[in-house]
Amino acid sequence: MGRFSFFGDGLPEVDLEELKGKLIVLEGTDGVGRSTHIGLLKQWLENHGHAVLDTGMTRSALAGKRLKQAKEGHTLGGITMSLFYSTDFADRLENEIIPALRAGFIVLTDRYIYSLMARAIVRGADPEWLREVYGFALKPDAIFYLRLKIDDLITRVIQSTGFDYWESGMDMHMGEDMYESFVRYQKWLLAEFDKMVDVYGFDVVDASGSVEDVFEDLRDRVMSVVERNGDETKLRSA
Amino acid sequence: MSGVMKMYGKHRFPGRLFIVEGIDGSGKSTQLMLLQKWLESEGYVVSFSEWNSSPLVKDVTKRGKKKQMLTAMTFSLIHATDFADRTEHDIIPPLKAGAMVLADRYIYTAFARDVVRGVSSKWVRDLYAFAVKPTVAFYFRTPLDVAMKRILGGRDAIKYYEAGMDLGFSDDIEESFRVFQGHIIDEYEKMVEEFGLVVIDATRSIEEQQTQVREIVTKALEGTKKTRIRRWVDLASLAMGSRK
Repeated sequence: MGRFSFFGDGLPEVDLEELKGKLIVLEGTDGVGRSTHIGLLKQWLENHGHAVLDTGMTRSALAGKRLKQAKEGHTLGGITMSLFYSTDFADRLENEIIPALRAGFIVLTDRYIYSLMARAIVRGADPEWLREVYGFALKPDAIFYLRLKIDDLITRVIQSTGFDYWESGMDMHMGEDMYESFVRYQKWLLAEFDKMVDVYGFDVVDASGSVEDVFEDLRDRVMSVVERNGDETKLRSA
Repeated sequence: MSGVMKMYGKHRFPGRLFIVEGIDGSGKSTQLMLLQKWLESEGYVVSFSEWNSSPLVKDVTKRGKKKQMLTAMTFSLIHATDFADRTEHDIIPPLKAGAMVLADRYIYTAFARDVVRGVSSKWVRDLYAFAVKPTVAFYFRTPLDVAMKRILGGRDAIKYYEAGMDLGFSDDIEESFRVFQGHIIDEYEKMVEEFGLVVIDATRSIEEQQTQVREIVTKALEGTKKTRIRRWVDLASLAMGSRK
């Protein structure tokens, strides 16, 4: 038995035994600092001699560009948007993530199916249905959930990029203005993420400290995952 | 999507949804076109939805096919995305408005093709759980040889994915097409009972098939409000005092 498994029926023609690398996920709401930490982790892991692939949503060769354009038009319905994201994700899983794992890379991914599910649930998609759809996804080695309370999140977003149309859930008409909508939408997302902590075994990281503090915490936890031996190795040595 | 996501068989609309299925060369598109003409002449508002036609997703599908970038999984998901867009824009709104919606190919096409490509049959059925259940789903049953003759006689070159060339059945595109469509037929036959597809013998004459289709549709139209919207041409001809 290899280390990896799928959530559900999985992908046709993928031999899980061949996958050697580690799949590490960073999750969390918008503005929590995921991409900053992915950048830092990548550099740090590479300095320690590990090959790293970093990847994120809407970056697939197949659908990434069109998905970004479609979002600009604001014409996507809820189910369509969920499935468009799942197409983009499947393309990256099959063409980036799995080949990298096969080659023994550490794959750091900025968001995974959990963000996609949370956003879709908030837009009315059936959670049970989403779980079935994402049955083709690989179970990660670790999911680090960068958690920030809503108040801290607001402060951080105002200081950095400002409120974005989608990150404020403006398509859902949840509030009078971007601020109100952002607060409601992000609170709801947070609640969905919190529900997933136990279901999917998230490793919660307090993201309220300084970048240095959070990174140190994260780095140690990532290192223990990287150094952890797979079942295969354990079996052999036993 | 507004409110809670509705699943297959749970939608309630005043309109009716008629769909046709069958392999390429089964003559299903001709039958659907004739049904459309008839419904319009009866005064119904008819809306048409074609497989793989969402403007939003079309570029991605086209590009993916052209560059042969699609795997079984992304092939399946991109078609589901296309179908979701059409469901949300072209199928549900007209059904709510009481229109007759006609679809050339429906979810059963995906079930057949994707399963032949190696995707789990349960997974793909779950994937499309948001689809509106058709009022009547016609399946135009055609022996492979008949369909092959119709296709090879009339059409331009068979395309890569249509022939299932990605599956490696054969290097010869015609042979690959034959094997692939044979598997598709097997999948359709399994679905006849599973989804209550109404089988039409597509070896009969066009007229005979259409008569049968119209009889079945007529029964399904009971209880619908005839909108009797006359088109401008009809009104114009009335105004001119022509006979009909």
